[in-house]
Amino acid sequence: MRTKTNKYLRQEMTAWFMSAPALIILLLFMIVPLLMSVYFSFTNRMLIMPPHLSTKFLGLENYRRILEQNDFFIALMNTLKFALVVVPVQTTLALLLALLINSKLRFIYFFRTVFFSPVVITMVVVSIIWSLLLAPGPEGFINSFLSHITFGAFEPKAWLFDKHSSLYAIMMFSIWQGVGFQMIIFLAGLQYISKDLYEASGLDGASKIQQFFYVTLPQLRNTSVFIMITTTIFAFKLFTQVLVLTNGGPQDSTLTLVYLLYSEGFTKMKIGYSSAIGVLFFLIVLLISIVQMKLTKVNREG
Amino acid sequence: MKRIGRLKVKKIRQNVYHYVLLIFFFLIFISPIVLMILSSFKEDEIQIIKDMSSIQAFLPNGPMGFENYVNVFQRMNFFKFFTNSVIITVSTIVVGICFNSMFAYALAKLEFKAKHILLPAMIALIIVPGETLSIPLLLLVNKMGLIDTYAVQIIPFVAEPFFIFLFYQFFKELPKEIMEAAIIDGSSYFGIYRRIILPLSKPVFASVIIFNALGRWGDIMWPVLVTRGEDVRPLPLAMQALFTINRNNWGDIFAFATMATLPILLLFLLFQKQFIRSIASTGVKG
Repeated sequence: MRTKTNKYLRQEMTAWFMSAPALIILLLFMIVPLLMSVYFSFTNRMLIMPPHLSTKFLGLENYRRILEQNDFFIALMNTLKFALVVVPVQTTLALLLALLINSKLRFIYFFRTVFFSPVVITMVVVSIIWSLLLAPGPEGFINSFLSHITFGAFEPKAWLFDKHSSLYAIMMFSIWQGVGFQMIIFLAGLQYISKDLYEASGLDGASKIQQFFYVTLPQLRNTSVFIMITTTIFAFKLFTQVLVLTNGGPQDSTLTLVYLLYSEGFTKMKIGYSSAIGVLFFLIVLLISIVQMKLTKVNREG
Repeated sequence: MKRIGRLKVKKIRQNVYHYVLLIFFFLIFISPIVLMILSSFKEDEIQIIKDMSSIQAFLPNGPMGFENYVNVFQRMNFFKFFTNSVIITVSTIVVGICFNSMFAYALAKLEFKAKHILLPAMIALIIVPGETLSIPLLLLVNKMGLIDTYAVQIIPFVAEPFFIFLFYQFFKELPKEIMEAAIIDGSSYFGIYRRIILPLSKPVFASVIIFNALGRWGDIMWPVLVTRGEDVRPLPLAMQALFTINRNNWGDIFAFATMATLPILLLFLLFQKQFIRSIASTGVKG
């Protein structure tokens, strides 16, 4: 009996000893800032408080201002637009690429490697390369290319400098950079599907296309859900591309939630206001996660 | 005989279509990378701009050489930024895998009362976006006097709920019997982690290292907030500064970008089998 208590105690001690480092860091650098963020969102806190001012409790004032001013709404709309285009397009493209490289053709590993390589290139570098490709006027490569393949019908666009196209230009190269990652996860999902299912349906006379819709897609459901959730959350964090190329412009057309949070909190030093944006951002991400998890649960049962 | 011949023709035609599609995407993915690397060797800045309106952008054209690279090394301390990025990324990973995996081991394999609170709390934290925390965190590290140090770019990232979760999932699957046997042999609980669990868990360590390396190496938001001068500035931020100041100096910009990219690209090419396998393994579960 005594040895048993001893053994348990030893286990409990070891558990605490091994948890402590990570726990302390999480507490100090996640929990504390999270609480600060909620608290500051109700105050007029500045990054550097002017000497004649002290931190005052404002109640819901910051939230009221967020709803009154246009910035937050514009940023929310841009972020949603970005996610609503990028998530389906990137997921579909990733699946297509995965199907293409899921074969035993010669050089297939070479293609797989090249399709994946943009993932390891830092987003700052990717943004810079694409800003040259997307250069305005007929000298820009993308403009010149589109004009060539349409025999001159395409009018050169200013891409990143035009409020109608800037966000779409960012979507384009964001997908270019990220799609290889989802492709690999889809590929793993494809290779996980039992060959028997294809053989059985083949014997039943199913065509390749029928097999895709009745075998491949249903079997990939969990993989797809995983990819959709992670891509959505990534899309919501759009920031680097905006910081490097557009700073939210032209005319707020690329202003995103995270960029707004950054510019209010850091550039304008309004910690209180920025924290309120952060809290709302968190609630939105939380809501999306919950909705997506609920939807997948329903699907699984059905 | 004839039937087999027809099937063969059909097969070949399918393969041709397949290769056409593969090559189409190959061009899309490789061209921007080729553009970066080739332009970094084009010594005439105006040449680079002129080439952009045609296929020349992706071909060697005009005087080629290392002048841009020399410029980058002369005009700025590339080596410093590079070392900074390496120090920050490597330290975060090394300390991070220890902290995260130890915590995950305690949660997955040890019995202790607080586990039933800590586990759900940790999983809930996965959803909290780091971006939400960054501004209050800036205030906090400012108070701690950590602005403009390596520490501020390392310490907050050495515990990461998502990585803890990946470790936890993996450890949970390892059979309990190996632990019981080791206990009978007189091993301590920490000894089991070090001598039995760790050697069995190489795949999950590889995944975490890769995710962590990509995230840390490319991060720009946190360095923008917490660095002031060039002393501890990492590559992405230095890259952005160069791009903002010398917007049209494309040769230098691409030389810098190539040097920032190639080490990671080479590492990926060397370890691509493990790289791709471990990324694949995180998605299949569930």
